[in-house]
Amino acid sequence: MRVASVIKDMGLFDIFKKKNKEEVQKEQESQLEAGLTKTKQGFFSKISRAIVGKSTVDDEVLDNLEEILVSSDVGVETTLKIIKRIQDRVKRDKYVSTSELNNILREEIAALMMENKTEDVHDFVIPAHVKKPYIILVVGVNGVGKTTTIGKLALQFKLNGNSVLLGAGDTFRAAAVDQLKIWAERVEVPIVDLGMNVEPSTVAYKTVEKGLEMGVDVIIIDTAGRLQTKKGLMEELSKIRRTIQKFGDKIQPDIPHEVLLVLDASTGQNAIQQATAFTEATQVSAIALTKLDGTAKGGIVIGISDQFKIPVKYIGVGEKVTDLQVFNRMKFVNALFKDADVVS
Amino acid sequence: MSMFSNLTDKLESAFRTLRGHGKITEINIAETMREVRRALLDADVNYKVAKSFCDTVKEKALGQDILINVEPGKLMVKICYDELIALMGGTKVEINFAPNPPTVILMSGLQGSGKTTFSGKLANFLKTKRSKKPLLVACDVYRPAAIDQLKTLGEQIGIEVYAEENLKDAVGIAQRGVEYGKSKGYDTIIIDTAGRLAVDEEMMNEIAAIKKAVNPNEILFVVDAMTGQDAVNTAQAFNQILDFHGVVLTKLDGDTRGGAALSIKAVVNKPIKYIGIGEKMDAIDEFYPDRMASRILGMGDIVKFVQKVQEQYDEKEAKRLQQKLRKNEFNFEDFMSQLQQIKKMGSIKDLIGMLPGINRALKDVEIDENAFRHIEAIINSMTIKERRNPEIINGSRRRRIAQGSGTSVQQVNQLMKQFDEMRKMMKTMMKLNSAGRSFKGLPFGKK
Repeated sequence: MRVASVIKDMGLFDIFKKKNKEEVQKEQESQLEAGLTKTKQGFFSKISRAIVGKSTVDDEVLDNLEEILVSSDVGVETTLKIIKRIQDRVKRDKYVSTSELNNILREEIAALMMENKTEDVHDFVIPAHVKKPYIILVVGVNGVGKTTTIGKLALQFKLNGNSVLLGAGDTFRAAAVDQLKIWAERVEVPIVDLGMNVEPSTVAYKTVEKGLEMGVDVIIIDTAGRLQTKKGLMEELSKIRRTIQKFGDKIQPDIPHEVLLVLDASTGQNAIQQATAFTEATQVSAIALTKLDGTAKGGIVIGISDQFKIPVKYIGVGEKVTDLQVFNRMKFVNALFKDADVVS
Repeated sequence: MSMFSNLTDKLESAFRTLRGHGKITEINIAETMREVRRALLDADVNYKVAKSFCDTVKEKALGQDILINVEPGKLMVKICYDELIALMGGTKVEINFAPNPPTVILMSGLQGSGKTTFSGKLANFLKTKRSKKPLLVACDVYRPAAIDQLKTLGEQIGIEVYAEENLKDAVGIAQRGVEYGKSKGYDTIIIDTAGRLAVDEEMMNEIAAIKKAVNPNEILFVVDAMTGQDAVNTAQAFNQILDFHGVVLTKLDGDTRGGAALSIKAVVNKPIKYIGIGEKMDAIDEFYPDRMASRILGMGDIVKFVQKVQEQYDEKEAKRLQQKLRKNEFNFEDFMSQLQQIKKMGSIKDLIGMLPGINRALKDVEIDENAFRHIEAIINSMTIKERRNPEIINGSRRRRIAQGSGTSVQQVNQLMKQFDEMRKMMKTMMKLNSAGRSFKGLPFGKK
């Protein structure tokens, strides 16, 4: 014990911690790349095929590019936007060789994603403006991985030195409460569980109440999956939100601080509808994109970034607990285009 | 906003460009087909499938003799509809039942596609609609509480679940589950498995081993109807390893058009057999390509509507009502019994959504199911005399009714007005019907 405190006093511990962090970051980057392997392969082998035998970017190349982007779930609207940008560029520069296409595409996609002027986060930290407890409400359609994401989020916040409390608000789907309880045990955080078939807003209320009493740093509340077309269930979400707001004068007026919409990366264009409807009902503030490792089509990230002001904050690139990462647009574009030259 | 409008809207606008043209030509069809293609892509139909679909439609359209009185737009809808049905396999396909029971059914699919929920639904469906005696086997040993989930569902629908808690050996559990089912005389055994990515070799090996161990009669690939362009690759990968027999399309109760499903059938050539249409255990249906084609084209699921109405409708009651309508004697008592009938059929919104042409008009209209409670309360507060003779309900009666039903006079007035309009509308409909213009020909008739 004494040695430990001495080390700590000497600041050695901090150095150790920092180094560890850098390592973690590096590891995360390689995981991100690995997780995106499928996307990359799909994307670039196709691009190289699109320009075979071509020296200049012409209509045929653009047509092929359209196919590639649409096939990657970027979406028709965003695809047409990207094509238009490249077209404009070809017009301006008169001649664009196909060897430059990778770079141009990278620039245009990066520019498109950066137009969405939200700030990227860099770690699982509580934002500066937040008065604790940092309350996160997790919403989404069925089967996107809400509960799993919560388990992983809880661990990441915990590893960064925060105390976390979970709220088992999915009181509808069979055994959903049990599923979250197992996660709570696994990552060793407390959980408020009122059992099944309880009004979810009651769970939310009790969780925040308990969190205040315990003085925790982060509160994450689970909700049942619901399709965005079910108006009654969407209204239930609004109610949960209003219930949490009852603690506004005790914490901060604008709570929950985060309404996290979880989207499955293999979802197609319906993701846009989901984002729209959930935003209407609960003022979604951030998106977590799960299962990115399983799809060759990560393009929905580009589509979502283009169509929404809501930032993609977290991505899931694997099954491991540490495979939940904070999302950084530049890193994403870089990872997407890394090794691209080798392919083409 | 065009991004958010659905396929129906897009197709409608696409076909509109054809309106006013007397004939389909290479030139006027080009723009339409581009729109159709984009609409299909927005519905997540695979790029290649959409392209070849459009080529086929175009070819057929150009080769068509234009019939007098058929607008090119309508003709195009018809061609698209026929092609969609063809693309989805044409007819309904049943699952394979073993000649000597038990029938073993193996579920497979990605995480979150809805396998566990669907396993429960299928068991319930086979039990109630096919008089089978199913056993569920819980082989998802990875996802926390997945076994509990299946057990809870089993309890809800009164079906036994075979599980071995704390054991991680999915292959062994499947095998012992089937043995157990045989020894207990179950005639259908449904094996739920863990979700897995097609790229996860270890997990794909596991399900291949389960297949080998239990030799299922039917392997179903469960896919989320909202899946994007990757659906085809995933289906191909699963098919390569499992050579599955059929596809289950889940979460079709949302606003997805389910375009991915079309692609799966087109690419792996395995039929879609069931659809999941809600969270309740009876929210399962067999897959009818023609109905799905109607849904995609936004022509409403009229067949289903008619079927549902038939299931619930009392023919005698209908005849009586028809008489009354003809004589313009339709009163609040009849109205009430109609309400009860409608309520039996399920959610009003679902029901109305199945009607062709209504989709557009009602897209943004929120139907308040509670409104029926008010209506019932108001009618219940009427005297029998008032119910039979709506004409006598004057101002003071309205006040009394409002008080008795806990509503406002405005609400009562509103109902009276609606009732009046309904009576008029029904009368017109009766006239149309007796003039020989039934609603039968609707899909390509008047919209």
